[in-house]
Parts: sequence; C-alpha cells; structure tokens
Amino acid sequence: MLRLELYKIFKRPRTYISFAIITAFALVIQLALVADGKNFISFALQGVNEQFDVKGNILNGYLVTYIILQSLLVQIPLLVALVAGDVLAGEANMGTMRLLLTKPVSRTRLVLVKYTASVCYALLLITWLAVIALALSVSIFGAGDLINLKSDSFVIILKDDVLWRYLAAFGFAALAMSTVSALALFLSSFADNAIGPIMGTMGVIVVLMIFTTLDLPIFNTISRYLFTTHMIGWKGFFDDPVPYAAITRSAVILAIYTVLFVGATIWWFNKKDIQS
Amino acid sequence: MAADTIIEAKNLSKYFGKFKAVEDLSFAINHGDVYGFLGQNGAGKSTTMRMLLGLIFPDEGSVYIKGEKFGNRSRHLLKHVGAVIERPDLYKYLSGWDNLRMFAQLSGVPITTNRLHEVLEIVGLKGREQDKVKGYSQGMKQRLGIAIAMVHNPDLLILDEPTNGLDPQGIFEMRVLIQRLSKDFGKTILISSHLLYEIEQIATRMIIINRGKKIIEGDVTTLLSPDDTNVDVRIGAVDVATSLKASQWASALTNAVDGKLQFRMNPSHIPALNKWLVALGADVYEIKASHSLEAYFLSLTNEDNAKA
Repeated sequence: MLRLELYKIFKRPRTYISFAIITAFALVIQLALVADGKNFISFALQGVNEQFDVKGNILNGYLVTYIILQSLLVQIPLLVALVAGDVLAGEANMGTMRLLLTKPVSRTRLVLVKYTASVCYALLLITWLAVIALALSVSIFGAGDLINLKSDSFVIILKDDVLWRYLAAFGFAALAMSTVSALALFLSSFADNAIGPIMGTMGVIVVLMIFTTLDLPIFNTISRYLFTTHMIGWKGFFDDPVPYAAITRSAVILAIYTVLFVGATIWWFNKKDIQS
Repeated sequence: MAADTIIEAKNLSKYFGKFKAVEDLSFAINHGDVYGFLGQNGAGKSTTMRMLLGLIFPDEGSVYIKGEKFGNRSRHLLKHVGAVIERPDLYKYLSGWDNLRMFAQLSGVPITTNRLHEVLEIVGLKGREQDKVKGYSQGMKQRLGIAIAMVHNPDLLILDEPTNGLDPQGIFEMRVLIQRLSKDFGKTILISSHLLYEIEQIATRMIIINRGKKIIEGDVTTLLSPDDTNVDVRIGAVDVATSLKASQWASALTNAVDGKLQFRMNPSHIPALNKWLVALGADVYEIKASHSLEAYFLSLTNEDNAKA
C-alpha cells in the first residue's frame, strides 16, 4: 500500500516542482556568491575583521551551504506541506477518496500509509537539498573552515569537523519536516481541497515563528513549548560545544507533536463522513 | 434475514444537523437480485448507499454484510462488495491500467494480471487501458469504474447513477453491460438511477424512497401489476363527473379536471370505458395507457408529498 501511495505521489508532475524550486534557489545563491562573494564576505565580516585577522578560504562550500539552509527556513516547510497537505484533501477533491474507502482497507492504516508516504517525500526533499546545497557548493567553492556568525559572537569550526555536523543537521531537519508533514496531514483531514491545508500549515508555522522570534516575556513563556521553536534545533550542531541536551529536548518535543498530530488525524478520520 | 441475503440495512437513520436525510430505512438484498433504488433528487439514495459502504456513519441502525455487522472494525467485509458511487472519479494523471491495478491491489484478494485483462474485456476497454484517464470519455470512465468495482469478483455491485452524464448510446451500452453482469456473471446488483426507464428494464426488485423514508419495496413485476396502469383520457367539454362518480368507474378514477380524466385500472377495461363515455355523449379524443415505472413512481411520491 505504501508503494502505491509513493507511486501516486511521484507520478504527479507537481511533486517535482519542490525539487525544481530548491535547485533553482540553491543555484541562484551559489551563482550570486560566485559573482560577488568577496564583497559579501567582507561585508559580513566587517565587525570581526576589526579585531581579528581572518585568512584562508572563508567563502567555502560549507559556508555557502549554511547560507542556503538559513535562507530556506520558511520555504522548506511550505514545500513539504505541498504534498502532505494534499494526501487526504487531494483525494477528497479528486473524488477518489470515495473509491478508496469502498475497498477493504482500514481508515487508520490509510492515514498511516499516507503519512509515511509524505515523510518519505520530505526525506527525499531533504536529501536532495543536501546534494544540491552541500555537494554542489563544496564542488564549486571547495571545503574549508566554517565561520558561523551569530548576533553577538562567532564560532569557527575546523574543516575536518564540519561534515558530520551537516549530516546530523540534515537528520534533525528530516525530523522537523516529519512534524510539519504531520501538521499538514492533520489539517488535510478536515478539508476537501488541498489549498486550505497547505496555506493553513504555512499560517500556523509563520504565526508560531513570530511568537518564537519576538523577544517578549509573554511569548518567551509559551515559545519553549511550540514546535516551531524546536524546528531550528539543527543550528545547535554548528555551536561549540554542541548543546546535545537542548538538541535532544527539541527532538523529543518534535516527536511528541508528530505523534499528537498523527493521532488526532487518525481519531478524526475514523469518525469522518465522506461526503465529497 | 434470509440465508441468501448479501446486504441488509436495518433501521438506518442519518441526520445532517436538523435535516433528516434518511429515516428508519430497512431493506435486504438477496443473491441474484438486480435491486432498483429509486427516489427523487435529495430523497436520500446516495446517503443510504454511502452508509452501506461505510463512507457515512449512520446515526441509528446498522448494516449487515453476509450476516455480519459492518462497521469500521469489520471493513474486511467490503471484499464482498464493489461500488461506484456517484461519479467514477479516478486518478486522471494515471493510465486506465494503473488505476485498475492500484485499486485491485487494495481489494483484499489476490488478483492476477489475467484477471485485469479479463475485466477490461468485459467492460469493453481493451486496447485503451494504457491511455491516461484524463483523455477518457464519461462513458469510458464509468466502464473503468465498474471494472474497478468488479475486479475482485465481489458478490454485490453497488452502482449509484451509473448512467449519469452518458449520451443515449452510452446509456444503452451501460444497460447492456449491467444486464450482462447479472445474467452472465451472476452478480447481485444494487442500482440507483433517476432514469426510471433504465431501472424498469433491468431491475427484478426495487425500493422507492421519498424524503429519506421507504414508500414501497417489492418485486418489479408485482409492483407494476396491470391493475395499476395509469389511463389518461381526453374528452370534449361534456360534464361527465357526476355520472362517473355514480358509475362502476368511480373506484378507478383518480383525477378529473376539465376534459382530462385519469384512471388507475387494468388496460383490458379500456374498450368498455370508451363505449361508456361515448354512450354518455362525450367526444373521446385520446385514451393513453401508461403502464410504466415512471408513472408509478410519480403517483407514489406525489401521494407521499401531498400527505406531508
């Protein structure tokens, strides 16, 4: 059944739009940095150069990958929601949900299979991002030490210490995207058209991200419990030392949200009248 | 429940808010039936069919498939049933073959490639199976829908308005196909349609529902008895009403407005009625017997609506 779901997802031309968008986005940033990277680096390191003498291949593939990942913080969840928000609502919209549910398949199993298929898609998307951002950037700009600039400090990670951090960061991003998939699936179970769940997922993420980024005491209290706060836990792998406890806590919170969203979808879908 | 009952609805009721879509509806479909399901638009036919398939959950009552209570925990019983509800909506970006193969794999029984070819042959889609469904006509989609419904060789086929959107040729071909499925392949069929002539041609038993409630159920031949033939008479402007009410025709008379008279009676009495009217001095312009399901259906639903 999972094979059938994946077959349906990857037979649709619009599935590949996400891969094309990521490719285009990464290529634009890479080309821009090839053309004007030196100016960008001198501007970015203005504050640092006043106190330190930074030398070497600063504009390397690892830094370019970090810039690409930072820039795609909002876009990737949208691309994941494009498919996950469509898996139930899209079937209702096409009218195929009727035919699917006249077959002897349990509704719970159907939800789980559709969720698994959306996670597979999200994993492929993250893998593609890793290939296009990391592999291509390193092949264009070469490898080097990674300078991670923060608002009030910077971290230098030695060249030989970077790759595993990226692999771990991509793994964490995959977990975060599984949570986004679960949210989109949950919203998808209420709708008969995919636009609503896709926009709804983005709406929830954008609003919660505002709570996370606005440094107000009232938001600070709740933001630690919001999954959007923990979606950017991958950045922890580029700190020194790596805050493993915080990363683990973020991963657990994301997993709890995922279970809650999928569980709620199963509960609702099992009692839903199919009228589309 | 009879031993050969395939599906049974017991006291089904469904409410959408305050609207009663189906109310205390019971019926049973036995092996070999071609069971016509009739009702005006909004009468509750599709809601009932969806409840039979577990797409909609009844607020009251139960569905039994082969004697077992059907619900979310017994969806395996759907392997005995194949269905096309309303339109046969399919994955348009996939080929007919892919659609058939995918749904076949969900049908709960192992299905060979030969069986896929066989059902395509039965529904007349052989040679077009590799085309994408978005290029199919409405008739082809309907036939593919039926192929998907019957691919796992179920006992019962539930077809909701299978002639909807088809041209006259398509309607004819669909009728032939359904008759073939019943006679040649021994399928029990539950079919709804607003084209009553189609039901009259193929159904052996039928139920008529109105405003969610059963009006009548039984064998088509019994329900459409000659004694219930509608006879419309058009005569010249002679007042026969008083004479009619005092005559032997009074019990058969159902309506009399100006020169238009309506009777429900056996058509063998038409010559005697004609002679009687002529003897009264009436000019008889037309006598029309309409012994059809449509007339019967309209008379029953109109009576029911008048009571409401």
